[in-house]
Amino acid sequence: MFKIKRLIASAALASVTAAPLYAETLRAVMHSDLRLTDPVMASSYITRDHGYMIYDTLVAMDENSVVRPQMADWSMSDDGLVYTFTLRDGLKWHDGTPVRPEDCIASLKRWGSRDTMGRQMMSFVASMEPVDEKSFRIVLSEPFGPLMDTIGKPSSLVPFMMPERVASTPATEAISDFTGSGPFEFVRDEFQPGVKAVYLKNEDYIPRNEPPSWGAGGKVVHFDRVEWINMPDSQTAINALSSGEVDFLEAPMMDLLPILESNPEITIKTLNPLGGQTLARMNFLQPPFDDPRLRRAAALSFKQEDFLLALVGNPDLITPCAAMMGCGTKMDFAVGGEKIAAGTGQEEAKALLKEAGYDGTPVVILQTTDVPVLKTQPVVAADALRAVGFNVTSLPMDWQSVATRARNKGPADEGGWNIMFSYLGVADVMNPLGHLFMDGNGEQGTFGWADLPHLNELRAEFAAAPTEEARMALAKEIQAYAYEQTTYVPLGQFVSPSAFRSDLEGFVTGPAAPYFWNVKRAR
Amino acid sequence: MPVIFYVLKRILATVPVMAFVAIFVFLLLRLTPGDPAVAIAGDQATEEQLRQIRAALSLDQPLLVQFVTWIQQIVRLDFGKSLISGLPVSELIAQRLEPTLSIALVTISMSVLVAVPLGVLTAWKQGSWIDRGAVAFSVLGFSIPVFVIAYMLIQLFAIDLRWLPVQGFAPLSRGLGPFLSHAILPSVVLSVIYVALIARMTRAAMLDVIHEDFVRTARAKGCTEPRVLFRHALRNAAIPILTVVGTGLALLISGVVVTESVFNLPGLGRLTIDAVMARDYPVIQAMILVTSAVYVLINLLIDLAYSLFDPRIKY
Repeated sequence: MFKIKRLIASAALASVTAAPLYAETLRAVMHSDLRLTDPVMASSYITRDHGYMIYDTLVAMDENSVVRPQMADWSMSDDGLVYTFTLRDGLKWHDGTPVRPEDCIASLKRWGSRDTMGRQMMSFVASMEPVDEKSFRIVLSEPFGPLMDTIGKPSSLVPFMMPERVASTPATEAISDFTGSGPFEFVRDEFQPGVKAVYLKNEDYIPRNEPPSWGAGGKVVHFDRVEWINMPDSQTAINALSSGEVDFLEAPMMDLLPILESNPEITIKTLNPLGGQTLARMNFLQPPFDDPRLRRAAALSFKQEDFLLALVGNPDLITPCAAMMGCGTKMDFAVGGEKIAAGTGQEEAKALLKEAGYDGTPVVILQTTDVPVLKTQPVVAADALRAVGFNVTSLPMDWQSVATRARNKGPADEGGWNIMFSYLGVADVMNPLGHLFMDGNGEQGTFGWADLPHLNELRAEFAAAPTEEARMALAKEIQAYAYEQTTYVPLGQFVSPSAFRSDLEGFVTGPAAPYFWNVKRAR
Repeated sequence: MPVIFYVLKRILATVPVMAFVAIFVFLLLRLTPGDPAVAIAGDQATEEQLRQIRAALSLDQPLLVQFVTWIQQIVRLDFGKSLISGLPVSELIAQRLEPTLSIALVTISMSVLVAVPLGVLTAWKQGSWIDRGAVAFSVLGFSIPVFVIAYMLIQLFAIDLRWLPVQGFAPLSRGLGPFLSHAILPSVVLSVIYVALIARMTRAAMLDVIHEDFVRTARAKGCTEPRVLFRHALRNAAIPILTVVGTGLALLISGVVVTESVFNLPGLGRLTIDAVMARDYPVIQAMILVTSAVYVLINLLIDLAYSLFDPRIKY
């Protein structure tokens, strides 16, 4: 028996010693596996996080929602029509060539053809041109107030800078050259989609001198190598963290957090303090939700706390929140959503059903069954809708089927739908111009197809507003109108803590966290 | 007929089977709801952008054109590129082949080494406590879900004793020690059901032959009991055992998703499931073709192996 023990122990030891040796390796299990590697073509959060590893941004938003210089500093003309960006010294691509203004212009153009806010910004842009070897300017046809918020947006799609030869790829074709100028380099040869992504420290990266704050400030890298290891089984990930085989879990399953909390070798911390907003979206084209009164009735039937508790379970991690643009952001307004956040609208909902003469047309719910963060909302909603008098039919299916069916504009019995549920990081809803479900473009807009010209007028006024105060007032007006028309229903906010080995320190918080700069192993 | 002609005939006979599988899989996938373009571009994409992505991926072509293009690629042994990651499908399969084959071979070897002697022993000692114990083990092996056994063994050997790693795979190129330390737990877990299955099959097959005249004759000639059991009886009972072992190997190669997930093994099973979830058509199509080919090949090898054990079988 002793010999067997010794043999197994030797094998286990060999498994450690035979691994490739890097001075410092951080092994992380992210919230999802990396498959799509083009952060402009794909809007998934894991692809955004991959982008932050290997690319840098011209500017970046800090923890006070203030845009700071990152690769470039900028100045604005008095009339607000010309923005001049000057690249800082020493910027190099991973292949050693210098970053040029032409690269940044090509990157902004590619991103601006894909991103919701970027497209709006580009509609104001008259030209983008290099000034000299280190600077370029954006000339606007008319003032676009949130230009710096747009270029400094912290979440999908982030305007990452790429070499001109890469950024020249059409935005609807995936890039295959992963040259960036960010703090890490992507190791293409070790990339196994669904299994592992590997990043090496970019030795040529020169961090800024300021302390890190969200995606802004100095990105000082302390690890030579970072491995993202995909683990489809939550319990395995917890076991691997407990045994020290991995160092970091971005989003351990919330049910399993108590196991980690009792382990002194593990630290639990919320790295994304804004968290996410879960939401319901109705189809404006098909009955019964082509009637604003019935949309409003459906919204009033919901109680955010029920959704959040079913989804998260832990009351400490949830926040019922009326602010469409997110609680904890600079546009944290309750206007219009008080009853929905409090969950006190059921009687009004019943009255609205009666007033609208609801005829029992079935409400078809697209029920996602395979994504944990989207599984519970349809069940809670079906119960709430039935309670106020709606006739509900739930269609269980996997997320890919939901995502495809959500684009069907036809009646529910011809492959369409009436209500579906989604989830967005708060960083993606904190500006009405970038908010996916805050457009009024009808059949040309986001699925659900809200045809609300007045909403678009308000958004246009917001875009042109010259001051922050004016933008805040308009944002409040936009939210009030969006609630009145029920463009969508926020179902509350929640955070998802990360867990990591207690010898790690220095994690930077932010809306796209985890970031892997500034993190180091305590000696 | 020389064996080579038999093999060629069998291989040719697989062509219509594979063609049927190819057509069936292709059509089934296209009829399944889901759009890879939506999976790639996400909620922000406009209809125009989705149209452009479909065009870039040739998903806007008529089904017949897509099918012919795919078949032309397959004939050139080119499985195309993943719609999602953009990497060649052959590269994705190659990345997953070593873990899958390694675990399958270690599992089946362990299973045979344990189950065949156990089956012989229980047949020899029919009705004894050894027999009853082995039958009870078989029932347990069939009944307990594989993930329950997996978590129990992980808790004991990886978390409490820290003898073995919790998860992952180490290729042989990293050395035999790391390879075995990573392979042993998943192989033991997987082998529980195969030991139960092969042991029961061996026992039943042995019971069919153990009372035959030739076994009695072997004893009368003075053969030792192990020689009687393993040389004479087992050889005559080998055909059904071989069939079960071969089928088990094919099952292990085509993917054991739960075990791969629990032990975080980057195997073919997970590749297939992930591709299905993302509607990654080229990967799914290639995996189903490869799996079909594996089944065909293993069945052929089993048939050929029959003649090694039973000289009456000739090709």
